[in-house]
Amino acid sequence: MSQPALSTAFLALLRRDFLLAYRRRAELLQPLVFLLVVVTLFPLGVGPSPQLLAKIAPGVIWIAALLATVLSLDSLFRSDYEDGTLEQMVLSGQPLALIALARIVAHWLVAGLPIILLSPLLALWMNLPDAGVPVLIKSLAIGTPVLSLIGAIGGALTVSLKRGGQLLSLLVFPLYVPLLILATSAVSAAVSGLPYNGQLGLILAGMIAALTLAPFATAAALKLSLS
Amino acid sequence: MLSVSELSFERYFEPVFEPVSFELGTGSLLLVTGANGCGKTTLLRLLAGLLEPSEGEIKCPNRPLYAGHNPAIKDDLSVEENIRFLMRFMGGRCAKSELEQCQEIIKEIGLAPVAQQEGRTLSAGQRKRCSLSRLLFCDEALWLLDEPYSNLDREGIAMLDEIVRGHLDDGGSCVMTTHGSLRPEGFDLQECFLLSGREQTA
Repeated sequence: MSQPALSTAFLALLRRDFLLAYRRRAELLQPLVFLLVVVTLFPLGVGPSPQLLAKIAPGVIWIAALLATVLSLDSLFRSDYEDGTLEQMVLSGQPLALIALARIVAHWLVAGLPIILLSPLLALWMNLPDAGVPVLIKSLAIGTPVLSLIGAIGGALTVSLKRGGQLLSLLVFPLYVPLLILATSAVSAAVSGLPYNGQLGLILAGMIAALTLAPFATAAALKLSLS
Repeated sequence: MLSVSELSFERYFEPVFEPVSFELGTGSLLLVTGANGCGKTTLLRLLAGLLEPSEGEIKCPNRPLYAGHNPAIKDDLSVEENIRFLMRFMGGRCAKSELEQCQEIIKEIGLAPVAQQEGRTLSAGQRKRCSLSRLLFCDEALWLLDEPYSNLDREGIAMLDEIVRGHLDDGGSCVMTTHGSLRPEGFDLQECFLLSGREQTA
């Protein structure tokens, strides 16, 4: 038996995911366009008063980021499940948690990272004061991996359902609530000149916890969905 | 190599098939036959370890290769990219450089003209050939093939028979399912006729 090393299998999977992401780039752009549209709608809906926009900016940007991530989560394992690749991955003898982690890393790089890169633009649109922008970027940088990690558990649990998308959002939104509260309060604190390290520290702790535990939970959920 | 005793599997508290027992030595082929819905695929998934048996025991010292109904081919990748990913991810015999070996395999399974085409453009038979390419670089001793003849043309069937014969001659073994119309020809084989468990309880 010559099974490839863990790193070889991990890199092979990442490489395939990037190639697939490139081939399906229209599918990947949709959540980002959605994010931009949702944020643009707020000034139209609540009125263009700069003070009001600045006040609601952290919440609006973070909620839009949550929605955009959830949109892309349903496809995380679905195509691999439907064409039988997931079966073969489970049977390959490689640890399933590692396979899940590779998929999560790829998801974050194509769905989470662009949100961080777009956030200065969103902050400008929402008239977020300059003091809040670096904190918004920091909170997204450590918060979006949590979105991908927790979302992967939901995606794995609902992969065997025909229309798992709605159930997926019902499953993961409650889990995103603490993250949303911490992140928006960090940005608001920075805008008012208050210390915000405590909130960022808690998000970071959450990210480390999710990074350690979520791949195993995802692996267990995938096994459950396959049987 | 594979020993199964009194194996049964229940779905919704009903046995899917009648308990089966068999022994499979090196170099032998087991043909599982039976009507549609009698549990052939379930039996193979049990043997592969994708399902847990309700009762009975499966003794299989090494990890088997399972080729099921789903071809595990990505629609957005070309034939070559699909096979290269499987080679890297699943591992197996690797004598030459990866690209060279991949091109040889593509030629051998008769997909050379469509090697650069995306998976979505393949016909059902070409898909089947592409998913069977794994048999050419894997190094598992036990193969579990679920309806391997479906969608294949006459040359494809002869090609598959040749591959399986080579594997058996090398001391491997194989479990194959078929619903009856197409059977491996010229093999010395054991046969297991699977009976649906539902008829018995009704």
